[in-house]
Amino acid sequence: MQNLKVLLVDDEEEFVTTLAERLELRGIQARSVTDGEIALQMIETNPPRVVILDVMMPGLGGLEVLKRIKAQKPQIHVILLTGRGSTKEGIEGMQRGAFDYLMKPINIEELIKKMQEAIKSQP
Amino acid sequence: MNPKNLWTRFTKGLSHNSDDDTANRYRILRRNIFILMILITIIPLIIMAGIYQHEYQSSIKKEIVNPLKTLANKTKHSLELFLEERLSVIRFIAASYSFEELSDQKTLNRIFKTFMDEYCCLVDLGLINKKGIQLSYVGPYEFLGKNYSKQSWFHEVVVKGNYISDVFMGYRQFPHVAIAVLRRTEEGRYLILRATIDTSKFDNIIASMQLDQESDAFLINREGFLQTPSRFYGKILDKYPVSFPRGNYGPIVVEEVDPQNREMLVAYVPFTKADYIMVLTKQRSALLKPWYTLRSKMLFIFSISVVTIVLVVFKLVDTVVKRVKDADEKRESAYREIQHTHKLASIGRLAAGVAHEINNPMAIINEKAGLMKDLVAYDDQFQKKEKFLGLTDSILQSVERCKGITHRLLGFARRMEVQLVELDVNGLIQETLGFLDKEALHRNIELKLKLTDNLPYIFSDRGQMQQVFLNILSNAFAAVEDEGKIVITSWEEDSDTVGVSIQDNGSGMSKETLRNIFDPFFTTKQKGGTGLGLAITYGIVKKMGGEIKVTSKQGEGSIFTVYLPKKAKIGPGE
Repeated sequence: MQNLKVLLVDDEEEFVTTLAERLELRGIQARSVTDGEIALQMIETNPPRVVILDVMMPGLGGLEVLKRIKAQKPQIHVILLTGRGSTKEGIEGMQRGAFDYLMKPINIEELIKKMQEAIKSQP
Repeated sequence: MNPKNLWTRFTKGLSHNSDDDTANRYRILRRNIFILMILITIIPLIIMAGIYQHEYQSSIKKEIVNPLKTLANKTKHSLELFLEERLSVIRFIAASYSFEELSDQKTLNRIFKTFMDEYCCLVDLGLINKKGIQLSYVGPYEFLGKNYSKQSWFHEVVVKGNYISDVFMGYRQFPHVAIAVLRRTEEGRYLILRATIDTSKFDNIIASMQLDQESDAFLINREGFLQTPSRFYGKILDKYPVSFPRGNYGPIVVEEVDPQNREMLVAYVPFTKADYIMVLTKQRSALLKPWYTLRSKMLFIFSISVVTIVLVVFKLVDTVVKRVKDADEKRESAYREIQHTHKLASIGRLAAGVAHEINNPMAIINEKAGLMKDLVAYDDQFQKKEKFLGLTDSILQSVERCKGITHRLLGFARRMEVQLVELDVNGLIQETLGFLDKEALHRNIELKLKLTDNLPYIFSDRGQMQQVFLNILSNAFAAVEDEGKIVITSWEEDSDTVGVSIQDNGSGMSKETLRNIFDPFFTTKQKGGTGLGLAITYGIVKKMGGEIKVTSKQGEGSIFTVYLPKKAKIGPGE
């Protein structure tokens, strides 16, 4: 897990920065961003292994961002976060290529586990 | 009250918008329909009975009145003939004999004897001159030389030429009638021949009418005194106690009530020459006996009919109102169910909104507390480490609790909306059958599953698909008898579609039922059917882009076939 590059995308800055800090504490290289467009640019310039992506975001929505990531860099794993508790978006996201989805509030251990699974799943 | 108000008041019970409470409304409805039906059935019956009574009564009266009139007239003729005969004989005597001959007592004696030989009933006979002096007399009294010039009958005979007196009682208490004729001789002298007739002959003529006990016939004079004895109204010269028509007229029949309160039909026929009126009475009760018999029979039939009508109408109204009530209740419960569903959906949407809004701040709290915990945990130098770890754990646990609540809320909301998940149709069918296992066991229903192995998964809404199968299976369970058989088959119809059929060997459905089977509120269940189950089923299948078909034969059973697309194409609806 050391040196794993992760990008956190969520419009809730307090959430995303705190989560990034916690992941850093666990030795994961986590960056955070609150806007979909910027996230896509960052992925372009410095692609991470895993993107943690909120589904509900103003501006460019999570599913749209997902679509573009998968179009640009299909090797990047995307784990979706949903605040709605609805599996509908999660399933749709998975159909669009997301590895899995988690419901907020998330358990950090569970998130890390999912990331590990995602990396392992890569052929 | 004007008719419109009355109608409004009347139909109030029929209207469902009435503000009255339900029980009261049905009571009014029941009462109004009952009254209306009783009125429209019994009024024509009463009118018919009335018309019949009137017609029958008038025809029976006609049948009675005419014979009464004829009989009275005939009797009057006989009596008049009797008097006329005597009068004409007297007139003949007056014309045939000279004044001198008639003045002669011997000749008069001879004439009297001959008269008595040929005609009966003569009491006496006498000649009276112009001055009213009795010149000769044959009879039981001593009238010779008597002066009649002051008596009214004398003046009448002088003026009119003849005279018939009212009945009077003679010295021997026999009813008599006096008749007199005037003749002017060739020499210009007047002779008046006067005779008295015994009226017992009248009684004979009346007796020959052969009247029954309820009838009476007699003569009265113009003043209303009895001229012959009457069965009902007393003896000769008593006053006839009933008012009668005066003047001259043909035979007439009137209805009267006599002083004894008897209803009578009375025929009056005035005499042409004498001042008599023939009276023939008959009691109405006797005349109308056949009518009364008929009337009591009719009354009996009428009462029976009315009682029957009332009973039938009562039962009918009861049934109709019960049906209306049942239908209303059914509709109301269905409406409540829909409202309930709507309410749940609204709550669901609200819950989803709230949960979502709360989840984001919760996520922040979670991360902040998590970070605090991490910082404390990674810092070996930290004093009060245990205390801080306890605090952050407590925060995290509370967040976990909140998460539980919001997820439950969202889960509830999720049930209200379509969620496409990968579904194993066979598994879903078996799961749904789990709800009905107990009933199948209890009623010994044979469930046969012909499920195709490796059936492709479909993407559809789990809850709603479950409802589809549950509704169809419930109907199949309702259709089969105990120890019936239900066969469930699944197969891959084509590359896009999975088929499921549920076949029962129950009662089957008529064409009529088949036509309406998916209509909302249509039900054949005696109790508890809302008529929504299959309508909802149809709605769900359609919404998922599927098809539902049903074939049925009465007495053989029904087959419901559902075709589900492997990937639901959500149609219009939610």
